[in-house]
This record gives sequence, C-alpha cells and structure tokens, in this order.
Amino acid sequence: MNELIFLINKVVISGAVIGAIYAMGAIGVTLIFSILRFAHFAHADLMTTGAFITFFLTAMFPQAGSIVGLPTAFVMLPIAMVITSLVAVGIDKAFYKPLREHNVKPIVLVMASLGVTFMLQGLVRLFFGTGSRNLFIDDRKEIFRLELPWELASRKLVITEPQLLLFVFTLIAVISLHYFLTRSRLGKAMRAMSDNADLARVSGINVNVVVIVTWVIAGSLCAAAGTLLSLDVALKPDLSFNLLLPIFAAAIVGGVGHVYGAVLGGFVVGFAESLAVFNWAVVLRPLARAMEWDLPRSLALVPTEYKITVPFFILIAILVLRPTGILKGKVI
Amino acid sequence: MALLETRNIHAGYGGMNILNGINMSIDSGEIGVIVGPNGAGKSTSLKAIFGLLNINEGSIELNGENITNADPNTLVKHGMAFVPQEKNVFVSLTVEENLEMGAFLRKDSFKGTLDAVYHYFPDLRDKRYQPAGELSGGQRQMVAMGRALMIEPKVLLLDEPTAGLSPLYMNEIFDRVVAVNREGVGILMVEQNAKQALGIAHKGFVLAAGRNRFTDTGENLLNDPEVAKSFLGG
Repeated sequence: MNELIFLINKVVISGAVIGAIYAMGAIGVTLIFSILRFAHFAHADLMTTGAFITFFLTAMFPQAGSIVGLPTAFVMLPIAMVITSLVAVGIDKAFYKPLREHNVKPIVLVMASLGVTFMLQGLVRLFFGTGSRNLFIDDRKEIFRLELPWELASRKLVITEPQLLLFVFTLIAVISLHYFLTRSRLGKAMRAMSDNADLARVSGINVNVVVIVTWVIAGSLCAAAGTLLSLDVALKPDLSFNLLLPIFAAAIVGGVGHVYGAVLGGFVVGFAESLAVFNWAVVLRPLARAMEWDLPRSLALVPTEYKITVPFFILIAILVLRPTGILKGKVI
Repeated sequence: MALLETRNIHAGYGGMNILNGINMSIDSGEIGVIVGPNGAGKSTSLKAIFGLLNINEGSIELNGENITNADPNTLVKHGMAFVPQEKNVFVSLTVEENLEMGAFLRKDSFKGTLDAVYHYFPDLRDKRYQPAGELSGGQRQMVAMGRALMIEPKVLLLDEPTAGLSPLYMNEIFDRVVAVNREGVGILMVEQNAKQALGIAHKGFVLAAGRNRFTDTGENLLNDPEVAKSFLGG
C-alpha cells in the first residue's frame, strides 16, 4: 500500500504538475506557430521573465497574500500576467513585426527569437542576478499531508498549496481558452487566420488585432506557468533551460496547431518524465522480498540528472513514427 | 457616377506590370463579366481592384471615392467583398463560423443577413454546424459567396465562381448570382464559361494580354461575330 502511495506522490502528482506547466507553455508555442508560422524559441525565457516579474511584485508587496490567505506570488500573478503580455506584445512590435513586414522566411523569425532568448536571459540576470530565488518571501509554502483511511497505509499523500493552485489554474485557463476560441468572434478569427491567413485578410479580419491577442494569451500563460513552477520548485534565471525542449516536444507530440493537442502533449511529456525517473526499486521491494531477489537501492530508467533527455527521446520518436503528432497537426 | 470604375490601370507584383491599361465600369445593380483567354489578366484585374497587388498607374473609384492601392480591410469597410477562386473557405471552421467571419467588421447584429444568406443557399442551413472542409465543391462555393455577402456589400467581386463545378451546380451558382444582383448588389465576375456568363451580364469586358479588347453589353458581345470567333469558340 505504501508503495502505491509512493507511486502516486512521485508519478501521478509530480507528473501532473510538470505536465500542466508544459501544457501552458506548449499552448503558447502552438498558437504562435498557427498564427505567425514560426517556432518561437524565446518562449521558455518568456516564462522565466514572467516568473521574475512576479518575484519583483512579490518583493514589492510581500504582505499582499496574507490578506486573502493565498501565497503572495499567486495574488500578484494576474498583474504579472498583464505585464508579461505587454512585454510579449512589445517584443513582437520591436523585433518580429518589422521582419514580417519584409516578408522574410520563417527561419529568419526563428533566429530572431533565438536572439530574443539571449536578450531576455541577459536582462533577467542583469536585474535579478544569477542566484536562485524563493517566491515565498513573507509567507511559507503550505504542505498538505493527507492520511489515507486504509490500515496498511502509513505513508501520507503529499501535495503542496502551489500544486493545488496550479491544477485549478490550468483547468480554468484551458476551459476559458476553449470558450474563447469557439464562442467569441475574436477567438474564431484566430482559428480562421490559423486556417487560411490570406482569406482572413480578404474577409476583413483585422490581422494586427489577432496577432496582438495571440501574444497576450501566450504571454499571460507564460507568466502563469513560470510563476506556478517557481512556486513549486525554485526560481532560477536558467529555469528556461529545462523548459524549452519539453514544451516544444509537447507541442509537436500533441500536433502543432492544436490547442488541445498541446495540453495532451504537455501531460504526455510530463508523465513520461516522471515515470522515467521514478525509482521502481521502492515499488518492487515487497515482491523482491518474497522472491528473495537482490534489488539495487535505486532502479530508475533514467537518472534524475538526465531527465532532460526524456523529452528529447520522445521528440525523436514522434518525429520518426508520427511527425504530425497525436492529433494531426502541421509538420514543422 | 459609376459604382465601380477602373481607369487605365497598370498593375503587377512589384514593378513588372501584368495589366497594361484596364478600363472597366459598372453601375449599381449591374453585373459585369470579365472574359478572355488564359493569361489575359482577368483574375489579376480583380485582385488589383481588391488591393492585392501594386497599382503602378491609373486609378480605381468606388462610388466616386478613390480607392487605388487601398488595403483589403479598408475596402471591406467601404462595402466591397471578394471571393477568391481557390482556398475560399476556412476548412476547419463550421459553415456558420465561416459566415460569421465575413461579418467580422460589422458592429451591428448580423442575424438578419445570416437568414438572408441561408435563404439564398438553403443547403447551407442544413450544414451550418459542419466544418466547411467536409462540403462538396459546389457547397463550398456557396459558403464562400455567403461569407462575402455577410458584410452586405455594395459590390461583389467573384473570381471564377463555377470553376471545377458540375453543370448542375454551375447553373445553381449562376442563378444565385442573378438573385443576389436583383437585391441591388453590383457584381464583377471573372468567368471561364463565357457564353453563359455573358448571358446574364449587363456589361462584358473581353481582355487580352492585360488590355481591354472589347467592351460592350453582354448581349452585344455574344452577338458580335468577331468576339464569338476569337473568344467564345465559334
């Protein structure tokens, strides 16, 4: 029984946590690709930037959270989302729009986004230094240890407050996005432009507004994902390093251009990572005792330090076996 | 004053001209038909009017207002709608969403227009919640025309609306074009099916090599032996 709880803690919960983060990143990547037709490599650093904006706001008003009884960083998140959206729209205006107006090939925009990545990394380090930060400044992380009613279960189910907030936030974000894309005129215009950009222009759809809305959605999701991840672990300027590959893997696994595919892909990559680094020795121990096997202390498919290789292998596998992704998307 | 008038337009992609002086004019409530051999600049003329390529010389007027080199967005606001020949529906959007996209610029309720479009094309009402990509060629053409009508245009530009359709659908599309026109919408269309198109045209423009060859009423062009010999296949 305890082994099962261990599995739930280490695989189900942590897989869902990281999966939700990847999903929010992948939604942005997939939307930007559908509307602007390029792979936005600065996306993970936009997530880091968003998280540091939250950090800045939290440091400014460290007590704000205690008023409503939530972590201050979470209370500051909506403001950080607005600011990050503005940053995203600003980056587009300053760097990508001039290139688009010259009708450059998509690869030029990809390279430009790589440049933006380095710029954002530099700016974050310039303002916040290189060290690791904690988003809990004046409050502390609540950890819930739930006892299970079964007799054999002495181990507790562990879930933290930021993790719960993350699940609730992701659910609301995905449902709202669904309603926005299927019910609102602007959301439908986004789908129309992703479907056929020339016809969208001919129909009188305001292309510039659609582009801005795309960046606002992508930017706010970046701030949310970055902040919620930093609440769960720690905030570091190189956070993006471990995010970029998984979110692109998630977008491609799901099928590029599909919002629901991006969500699905995010969780596939997240669970795959947590299953790969899971220590199976713990679960197998009772069986090994009965069979009188000799089990090593640690028995994981991939050592934790090499976790980043998991999305890499998933990416290669999907590109070889099903390049269009689970839901049929465009081939990048 | 003409509803839509092009005066001696020279246009092309970038600097090279494909059109070398096109003069066309239709009054409100008229159907103008552009015919001519391949490469005459028929579709190019429509695209030039709709601001999709550079006009290097000449001018275009809509209701007396100069719209030379205006962008599509502005033209739609001024009451001009364009139905391209190919890729003219949003395949992943439902029929009704396609129509809604045609009304993107409208601030008022477009419910009445939607009903009017379903009245013109009853097939579409039955398929309103189906993705446009699942429809047949003829039905897609109806979606495309319906989308353009949603803005309640004063003038509708149609690029080969019957291309690739079965004779049955072809007749239906011609009927709908006439019906839309009777409601007072000016129409300028390019057609391969020249005889049938000139049959419904108030004005016909025969183009060749980017220039006007003949301009007359549809009926006179049909009866002109020279036009018949060179352009209508005898």
